[in-house]
Amino acid sequence: MSRRLTRKSANIVALALSVGATAVGLLFLGAILWTLLKNGLAGMSVHLFTQMTPPPGSAGGLLNAIFGSAVMTVIGIAIGAPVGVLAGTFLAEYGGNSRMATVIRFVNDVLLSAPSIIVGLFVYQVVVVPMGHFSAIAGALALAVIAIPVTVRTTEDMLRLVPQGMKDASTALGAYPWRTTLSVIYPAARSGILTGLLLAIARVSGETAPLLFTALNDQFWSQNLNAPMANLPVVIYLFAQSPYPEWQQLAWSGALLITLTILTLSISARVVVSALQPTRRT
Amino acid sequence: MDQASAFVIEPRHAARQRLGERIFRGATVAAAVLVLVLLGGVTIALIKGAWPALSHFKLEFLTRQIWNPVTEKFGALAAIYGTLVTSLIAMAVAIPLSFGISIFLTELCPAWLKRPVGVAVELLAAVPSIIFGIWGLFVFAPILQRHVQPWLIDTLGPLPGVGALFQGPPFGIGILTAALVLAIMVLPFIASVMRDVFETVPDVLRESAYGLGATTWEVIWQVVLPYSRTGVVGGIMLGLGRALGETMAVTFVIGNAHRVSTSLLAPGTTISASIANEFTEAVGDLYTSSLIALGVLLFLITFAVIAAARLMLRRLDRKALTSV
Repeated sequence: MSRRLTRKSANIVALALSVGATAVGLLFLGAILWTLLKNGLAGMSVHLFTQMTPPPGSAGGLLNAIFGSAVMTVIGIAIGAPVGVLAGTFLAEYGGNSRMATVIRFVNDVLLSAPSIIVGLFVYQVVVVPMGHFSAIAGALALAVIAIPVTVRTTEDMLRLVPQGMKDASTALGAYPWRTTLSVIYPAARSGILTGLLLAIARVSGETAPLLFTALNDQFWSQNLNAPMANLPVVIYLFAQSPYPEWQQLAWSGALLITLTILTLSISARVVVSALQPTRRT
Repeated sequence: MDQASAFVIEPRHAARQRLGERIFRGATVAAAVLVLVLLGGVTIALIKGAWPALSHFKLEFLTRQIWNPVTEKFGALAAIYGTLVTSLIAMAVAIPLSFGISIFLTELCPAWLKRPVGVAVELLAAVPSIIFGIWGLFVFAPILQRHVQPWLIDTLGPLPGVGALFQGPPFGIGILTAALVLAIMVLPFIASVMRDVFETVPDVLRESAYGLGATTWEVIWQVVLPYSRTGVVGGIMLGLGRALGETMAVTFVIGNAHRVSTSLLAPGTTISASIANEFTEAVGDLYTSSLIALGVLLFLITFAVIAAARLMLRRLDRKALTSV
């Protein structure tokens, strides 16, 4: 009887701890979102989107930083996504279980989890040093390097969801693999590939470390890709550590903007995936 | 088109198809090889950049604590120490919590709650690290400074042995704070891997154990966990890899002091925080090169950890495929 009691109570204690752990996890998510909303909303105004980052002690906005982030994200994805989609296609359609595909898959997984500051150092060495100065294009390249492994992984996973029967039907009609891929597999996996892109954009738009010594920062409006360019993450980093209340306020507003963008992207990616779910089962 | 010609492939058409095949296949192979080139390029570029410092300081770089930009003497000991200690504490906190969360999600949670909680955990993983940094600096560190650290100093400080870890004034920022912020950051990663791993355990195994009269906890501890051990360790290593390389969140709250202190409440630094803080301001080739050498160390450490994690998770994938 007492043995049964110990087993039962051990069970209850363990399960209670498990519920407690979940509560703690959710509590932190809640705490972070709440702080962001509270501090970020206080600084939300039109000025955020119409004015440049100010000198210390005066009011301003984040227009140049938002613009810079958008430009670098778009270029980074424009470079990284095609490479990632093609490499993912190789892994799913041509590579199979060959040694080369296995190695590439492994290397890609390692790159996927490699610290992003390493990517920053890499791009600094191969782009910034030869060019002689920091530039928006270096920042965009760093973001591209981060986007590639994400896209490779999601593309391969999504292409593998396309039913073999569809591929076989296309092959039976006499289509070469490239025709099958372009006319059958890509259209069938379209929303899956889109999900991968959304996730890549979400991943890239919060990255700070790789931009610190590639794109650096610029206090003013700049459209020159060959010069340093302001971007939200670095502005948040610099302004949050500053002693000026106006700058700290801008940092919080920027942090709220970034987080909302990323959460929206991840949630829409999830919606696209769950819309895919029924086809996955059949 | 009459029926007979439908089965005849025009030679010109076939040639075009073959050419298209060669081009497309070539493009995918090139992109795939680029992934390999990236890893190789990162390795070569980093070692090349670190060479001046490594050849100048030799092995002393690893063993010296001094970090003096003025006299140009650099040693990585404090940064290595900070990286390892913050990551280990973070894992000690995050592993039990994520184990609890993944158990909740796979074994306890009612079906209607599964998706919302699962998505919430994944959203926590999507929050960029700079947000954790700013939150840690302005919200979490002051709370620790006011409510937790004084208590630690008063109750644990006087104890022999352990007490050495809790000495000095409550700064708020420091090794412990950085470790706790790291723990919150890696928590969702480990939890989602563990959840996915636990879900690969066949229901038949669970049901057999329940049928023999096991409690839920016994099923988890004696059936689910042993079955998925490799995957669980892989998930933990993946989290460790993230913790070791995490930059922005740590940079905000660690205090940036190149010092090895026994007290966990003292400010310290990590490899990534040193690079993030000092790289743009580094004057002189030796200084820059030393920071890149720190990067090489970080790359080596995380590469080993991540590679091990991926190998473990890979073996699990195969096992899951063959046994289900």
